[in-house]
Amino acid sequence: MHQLTLAKISKALADKQFSARELTAHLLSRIEQLDPQLNSFITVSKDAALQQAEAADELRSTGITAPLLGVPLAHKDLFCTEGVRTSCASKMLDNFIAPYTATVVNKLERLGCISLGKLNMDEFAMGSSGETSFYGATKNPWDLTRVPGGSSSGSAVAVAARLVPASTGSDSGGSIRQPAAFTGLTGIKPTYGRLSRWGMSAYASSFDQAGFLAHTAEDCAILLQATAGFDERDSTSAQQPVDDYAATLSQPLQGLRIGLPKEYFDSRLDARIGDVINTAIEQLKQQGATFVDISLPSLPHAVPAYYVIASAEASTNLARFDGVRFGYRCDDPKDLDDLYLRSRNEAFGEEVKRRIMMGTYSLSTGYYDAYYLKAQKIRRLIKNDFDSAFKDVDLILGPTTPNLPWPLGSKLNDPVAAYLEDIYTVPANLAGLPGLSMPAGILDGLPVGVQLLAPYFQEARLLQVAHQFQQHTDWHARTPAGF
Amino acid sequence: MALERCDVEKLAHLARLGLDDAQIDSSTASLNTVLDMINAMQAVNTDNIAPLANPLEATQRLRPDTVTESNHRDDYQALAPAVENGLYLVPKVID
Repeated sequence: MHQLTLAKISKALADKQFSARELTAHLLSRIEQLDPQLNSFITVSKDAALQQAEAADELRSTGITAPLLGVPLAHKDLFCTEGVRTSCASKMLDNFIAPYTATVVNKLERLGCISLGKLNMDEFAMGSSGETSFYGATKNPWDLTRVPGGSSSGSAVAVAARLVPASTGSDSGGSIRQPAAFTGLTGIKPTYGRLSRWGMSAYASSFDQAGFLAHTAEDCAILLQATAGFDERDSTSAQQPVDDYAATLSQPLQGLRIGLPKEYFDSRLDARIGDVINTAIEQLKQQGATFVDISLPSLPHAVPAYYVIASAEASTNLARFDGVRFGYRCDDPKDLDDLYLRSRNEAFGEEVKRRIMMGTYSLSTGYYDAYYLKAQKIRRLIKNDFDSAFKDVDLILGPTTPNLPWPLGSKLNDPVAAYLEDIYTVPANLAGLPGLSMPAGILDGLPVGVQLLAPYFQEARLLQVAHQFQQHTDWHARTPAGF
Repeated sequence: MALERCDVEKLAHLARLGLDDAQIDSSTASLNTVLDMINAMQAVNTDNIAPLANPLEATQRLRPDTVTESNHRDDYQALAPAVENGLYLVPKVID
């Protein structure tokens, strides 16, 4: 059962090949048996999940059917889930039981999805390796000595290790696409504003976007369909009609023009990953797509601009953690300032504190123009690059990451080295564009991802190309040994 | 534009992070490494380029000024470290 995609689980439940309770119990026992070595879950909601499964089976026995009825999922631990701890993988929120449920999770549960629990991540989504969690690093099931990517580390690992068929994640600078690439999954980051941010803990509000990690583009399409759309509770939610994603999945690729930005294939790229990407390009050519060389000249400045703006927004968002209303409070504060200073220093991890200070610096008097405003101007240049590129091409294709997953601990003391690994993912977040990573090869026993980027709100095109690719390749169906 | 130790002390205070001496030292070093990387963007010509704050250039949506939320005070205060009679407790501020 655990090897099935979400679409196949949906069909098997409808055909009564097994019940939601049987499936849920089976996955819960896999989590119990296999997750201690992976550390992908922070909280397993065993009793609640079994209850939800029984309720789903009962509904089905009365003749009610729905594609997601009884389908188990798990959620990145920054989506608020009423009555369940929502920690953001931080000591700050280790004691935080969410008083309400995020719109994305709420929509899925109303359609019958079961929540197996909450998934590990980099603290407050700040990190690209899954190592900054208060609950310890998540391990890559393809090689337990290597990082699974981040920040949606648990979301990737739980799906890759077949503990759950699909998961929610969030992507502010690559946090869905990069771990999807590192663990052999399909991960979609929709257009900024496509999914509601309501009930998601905020890191960098002009970038944060919810999305999904699953085995196939078809599964991502099902989950996107269930959750996309306007939410009046999110002030940046997009008022844009939602496409029928399933309708276009099976359309052939004839006539599709795909741009290859030369900046994605420069000396930063591991040449062997370049070969994998070229093989994927050949495959898509055989399926009818045509490729043209393009340029995104401002791309080399994306990482500095991203880290300036994201840190500025993080320093503002995380000002809410004051030890007064919720979250961690230090022992015996001697006055109000001591309460703030010690609560925040004791409960935030090193990377979070680094970004808060970086953001405080770039927003401070005398530095605002040179850093924050400068970065926002570069953000405009990057958006302009994409706008002109999409006048000539339907999609953009490149690698998701410049390198393979690195050994655990190897970049922990070198933040800049880790930031530079985000070079191919942050441009889409700066511009707010939708992106998808899909598995396209294996090198040294580790998965390699291909990234697709589309114009605003054209998620359907990303899903179509990935689905068509997956009809002719089996990289998405590979399972790491032992899982 | 390298940061001195005293700059980091000031930043830590602005950000209300009670860093100890060793943390100030290590933060000065690591923030300077990050700044070195970030300073590369100063070379980019951004003359006559307007800053971009929202990727979709959306403006803040407004709604009618009516009450839409019910009262959740008890639920929310259940999460607080210290409350009394419906009030959040903090150390004494005024002598």
